[in-house]
Amino acid sequence: MSTTPDTPLDASTWWEAFVSENSAYAPRHAAGPDPSQGAMLYLEDITVSFDGFRALNELTLYIEPGELRCIIGPNGAGKSTMMDVITGKTRPDKGVAFFGHQLDLLKLSEPEIAQSGIGRKFQKPTVFEQLPVFVNLELACRGPRGVWRTLGARLSSEERDRIDSTLNLIGLSAQRLQRAGALSHGQKQWLEIGMLLMQEPRLLLIDEPVAGMTHEETERTAELLVSLAGERSVVVVEHDMEFVRSIARKVTVLHEGSVLAEGDMDRIQSDPRVIEVYLGA
Amino acid sequence: MSAGPLSSRFDRRADVLVGGLIVLVGVLVPLLNLLTPVDSPLHLSTYTVTLVGKYLCYALLALAVDLVWGYCGILSLGHGAFFALGGYAMGMYLMRQIGDRGVYGNADLPDFMVFLNWDSLPWYWHGFEHFPFAMAMVLLVPGLLAFVFGWFAFRSRVTGVYLSIITQALTYALLLAFFRNEMGFGGNNGLTDFKDLLGFDLKADSTRCALFAASALALLGGYALCRTIVNSKLGRVVVAIRDAEDRARFIGYRVEHFKVWIFTLSAVLAGIAGALYVPQVGIINPGEFSPLNSIELVIWVAVGGRGTLYGAIIGALTVNFAKTLFTGALPELWLFVLGAMFVLVTLLLPRGIAGLLKRGEAA
Repeated sequence: MSTTPDTPLDASTWWEAFVSENSAYAPRHAAGPDPSQGAMLYLEDITVSFDGFRALNELTLYIEPGELRCIIGPNGAGKSTMMDVITGKTRPDKGVAFFGHQLDLLKLSEPEIAQSGIGRKFQKPTVFEQLPVFVNLELACRGPRGVWRTLGARLSSEERDRIDSTLNLIGLSAQRLQRAGALSHGQKQWLEIGMLLMQEPRLLLIDEPVAGMTHEETERTAELLVSLAGERSVVVVEHDMEFVRSIARKVTVLHEGSVLAEGDMDRIQSDPRVIEVYLGA
Repeated sequence: MSAGPLSSRFDRRADVLVGGLIVLVGVLVPLLNLLTPVDSPLHLSTYTVTLVGKYLCYALLALAVDLVWGYCGILSLGHGAFFALGGYAMGMYLMRQIGDRGVYGNADLPDFMVFLNWDSLPWYWHGFEHFPFAMAMVLLVPGLLAFVFGWFAFRSRVTGVYLSIITQALTYALLLAFFRNEMGFGGNNGLTDFKDLLGFDLKADSTRCALFAASALALLGGYALCRTIVNSKLGRVVVAIRDAEDRARFIGYRVEHFKVWIFTLSAVLAGIAGALYVPQVGIINPGEFSPLNSIELVIWVAVGGRGTLYGAIIGALTVNFAKTLFTGALPELWLFVLGAMFVLVTLLLPRGIAGLLKRGEAA
C-alpha cells in the first residue's frame, strides 16, 4: 500500500474542470498526446521524497511511441511511485513530466490524465465487483465523463461492438453478464486490462500483471501485452524475470529511485551492477 | 441488458408492488377518512392519517439516505439535518401565516420574537410569508448546505468513518445553534402553534388528507426519480465509485463531482420530506437535528436493505410502525429494541428485509 498523500486540486482548477466537463467545450487534454516530435512519455529529473526518504531520485526516463518497456527493480526502487507521478496521484518535488510534447502531466488531475490517454492497471486487480463484466467495460468506454452527460448517456451500437470485441480479446465473452466479483483472480486481471483498452489509451501502465497467475494464464497475458504494444506504448512493472524475458525488448532497472541500467535483457542480466543489487546476492 | 445489475426482475416487480402500494395508500387513506361516517368500522381516524403521513415522510427521507449510502457508499450520519432544515423553512412560512392570531396578537412578529422583546423581523425571515419563496428555500437551503459541505469534504477526499463523523458533527453543530434563542428560530421550543397553510386550516380533516396525499405523491416522485438515476449510466458510475473509487478515478471520472451531485440531490429530497412532515406533526424544534435521529434513520435503511430503494421504504415503514407500537406499550424498551434490531439485521440479514425477500424468491 502506498502512503502517498493525495493531492486535491485548488478550487479554481476544480471549477474549470467542472464547467468544461459539463459543456460542449473540449479541454486541451482531451485531444491526447502529440508524440510527433519524439517520445510518448518524458520524465526528467523527477524527485519525490516522503519524510526525507527519496522514493524517486532525479529519475529520467523516455518511452517511445509503440514501445513495450519492462521496468524491474527491487522493492522500494520507486516503481510504484513512478506510476503515481505519471498518473497524477503524487506530485513530485521537482522535475518534468510530459505526455507527448505538449501535455504537462504535472498540471493535470488524475481524471484528466486518464482522459488524455494514460491507462493504469493496479497491482491488485481492481474492478467494479458488484457490476457485471459488461458494465465494467461500458463505464471504461471512452466518452463524456461529466455528471449530467452520464445521466443521459445511452449505449450506442458502436460502443456495444467495441465492448464485444474487447470481451473477445480478453476471453471473457462467456462471462459478460457475471458479476465481476465472481471472476477468478486471473480473469479480473484481464478484465482490468480490458477496461484500460476501452479508454483507448496511448500509454498503458501495467503494475505486476502476472502476480498470482497460473503458468498458462501468464503465457496468455504475455501474448496479450505483446499484441497491445505497437499501436500504443506499454510500460510493464514486473518481478517475474521469466515473464519479463518473454515479452521485453527493452528493460529498465530502477534502483533507489533512479535508473541503474537500461537495455535488452541479455545486457541487463550480464551487467555487474544489476547483478549486485537485484539479481545477485 | 444495459439496464445494469441493479435492476433484476425481482427489483422491477418490487418497484411495481411498492409503487402501487404507495398509490393505493395515498388514495385510500384519505378516502376512508373523509368519506366514511365516524362510527363506521372502515373509518380511519385523523390521528391515523397523520401518523401514516408522518411515516411516508420518513420513507422519503430513508430513500434519500439509501441513494447516498446504498449506491454511492457515503454513510451520512447527518441526514436528519437536511430534513430539519427543510422542516424549518416550511415552519417559517407557517409562522408567518399565523399573523395576528398569535398569543400576543402581533401581526408582524411571531410570538417567540415578541417574547424576546425583538422589535423587528430578522432579515432572514423576510420573504417567508410567500409560499413560493418558502418552497424554494425548502429545496435551496438543504441543497446549498450539502453542496458546500460535499464540495469541501469530497474534494479533500474525506471518506469512510471520517466522513460519517463529520456529518454527525454537522448535525450536532446545527442542533446547538438552533437551540440558541438569538438565532431567531424559536430556541428550544422551535416553531409551532401553526394555524393554516395556503389559507387552509391545518386542523381540518380535509387539509390533513391533502397533506397526506402530497406526502404520498412526493414519495412516489422521489422513488421514480431515484430509480431513474440509479438505472442510468450515472447510477452505474456511482456504484462503481462505491466499489473501487480509485479505479473510477483512473478511468477518468471525477469522483468528487459525482459524490457532490448525489449528496446534494439526496439532501434536497430530505428537505422536501421535512417540509411535508412539519405541517402534519404541527411542530419543528431543534430536536430534529439530534445526532440520534440521523443514526436512527440509517438503521431504517439497514433494516429494509440498502442499495435497493424499495428496501429503504419498507425499512422506514416497518421500524416506525414498530416504534409506534413499542413506545405505546413499553416506551422505556424502545431504544433496546432498536439497537437489537440493528445488531440482528447486521449479523443475520446484511441485505435487510429486501435481501430476505429476494432470497425467498430465489428459493
